[in-house]
Amino acid sequence: MERTSANSPEIEFRDVAYVLPNGQPLLSGLNLEVQRGETLVLLGRSGSGKTTTLKLVNRLLTPTGGEVWVNGTPTAATDVIGLRRSIGYVIQDAGLFPHYTVERNIGLVPRIEGWTTERIHLRVAELMQLVGLEANLAKRYPHQLSGGQRQRVGVARALAADPAILLMDEPFGALDALTRDQLQREFLSLQQRLGKTVVFVTHDLREALRLGSRIALMESGKLVTILSPHEFLRSTEPLAAAYVQAFGDGLDSAANRGMS
Amino acid sequence: MNFFHFMLQNHEQVLELTLEHLWLVGVSTLLAVVVGIPLGIVSAHWPVWNKPVLGTANIIQTIPSLALFGFLLPVPWLGDRADRLAILALTLYALLPVIRNTYTGIRGVDPAVVEAGRGMGLTPGQLLFQVELPLALSVILSGVRVAVVVSVGLATIAAAIGAGGLGEFIFRGLAMVNNQLILAGAIPAAILALSADFSLGWLEKRLRPR
Repeated sequence: MERTSANSPEIEFRDVAYVLPNGQPLLSGLNLEVQRGETLVLLGRSGSGKTTTLKLVNRLLTPTGGEVWVNGTPTAATDVIGLRRSIGYVIQDAGLFPHYTVERNIGLVPRIEGWTTERIHLRVAELMQLVGLEANLAKRYPHQLSGGQRQRVGVARALAADPAILLMDEPFGALDALTRDQLQREFLSLQQRLGKTVVFVTHDLREALRLGSRIALMESGKLVTILSPHEFLRSTEPLAAAYVQAFGDGLDSAANRGMS
Repeated sequence: MNFFHFMLQNHEQVLELTLEHLWLVGVSTLLAVVVGIPLGIVSAHWPVWNKPVLGTANIIQTIPSLALFGFLLPVPWLGDRADRLAILALTLYALLPVIRNTYTGIRGVDPAVVEAGRGMGLTPGQLLFQVELPLALSVILSGVRVAVVVSVGLATIAAAIGAGGLGEFIFRGLAMVNNQLILAGAIPAAILALSADFSLGWLEKRLRPR
């Protein structure tokens, strides 16, 4: 088995296809590399295959063709439970367990990984502070939180066991504009500190430009192109150009990170 | 009043038959839960099992109770003791609501929550016991509640095969055309059914996920 060197990609898709059991193809011929510490945004409309791509990384779906490599090993050859526990997963509406308190939701992976109660407790407190949650929310249930708070809990839960990779499926999609803006800003500063390898799914170009180090544009189960935010704005690729046009003016300021 | 007089005079027998009744209902409900919840889980997780399992439970439900008691009578070991037989028959009837509600409860868990759990690396067992069952609990319990209430009523018929319970008063009263005797069986049975309904309903509400 190939061992990881410092500049080998953290995640690699090698000619990956995914076909539903009923024969409907969702993804074909996908080649993609995600570098260590970058935020790769998968941009596309619904049905373009971006969520499918994401789920192939932690093997919520298994490729029907090709291979997905994570950290130098094909996922098909990895213990699936261990693989998932080593990858943080954040979804829209957070997917929190409604019958668990905030504290228990965040501490879930550490608990099933057998950490001591004390260590879990410390970790939860640390994470709550990291994502900007007041300590007094620890005993609340998800239904007692605002949408923004729930999403923070979702991020904290994904970070709990300190995974190197974070998968985020439209995490801020259901939030109001102000909260989304705030969480995006916090995501950027968090990412600057933590340097995780992030794969981020969105259909919002503004969000993609703002958060991504590279943007992978997808359409009908295929990768159209991969560009940096600045390249994206100037791209002559018809679909990219159509996106830029649809989102209108003021996008230049959104692409504030460029190649960082 | 004559009826209360009767109850007072025969309170020992009323108590004894009530306890017998509770025994029949309690054991059969317990068995139905032990068998029905796993069957419900299986049919919720593997759709192929859904039709055969729920279909069979449905068919059992349509057999008239007196006929079922009669069918089971010649079965060896079972037929030796009337209460065994009654318990089996009551268990069979209680299965449908338990299986159906377990199925509905598990299928009703928010798919996003289940997917989040899988994505974080919960094993299928952890997912079942820590997520699906707790979230389905109030729905499952409401199935158990239906099963208990139906069983309390059905168990009165078990007296026809000599399994005891409050049905004894009722059958005796019918034979002797004595309304007081019928009421002495029917009223405690109704009280049992109502209190089971009420207490399980209360529990169900407390366990409902927010």
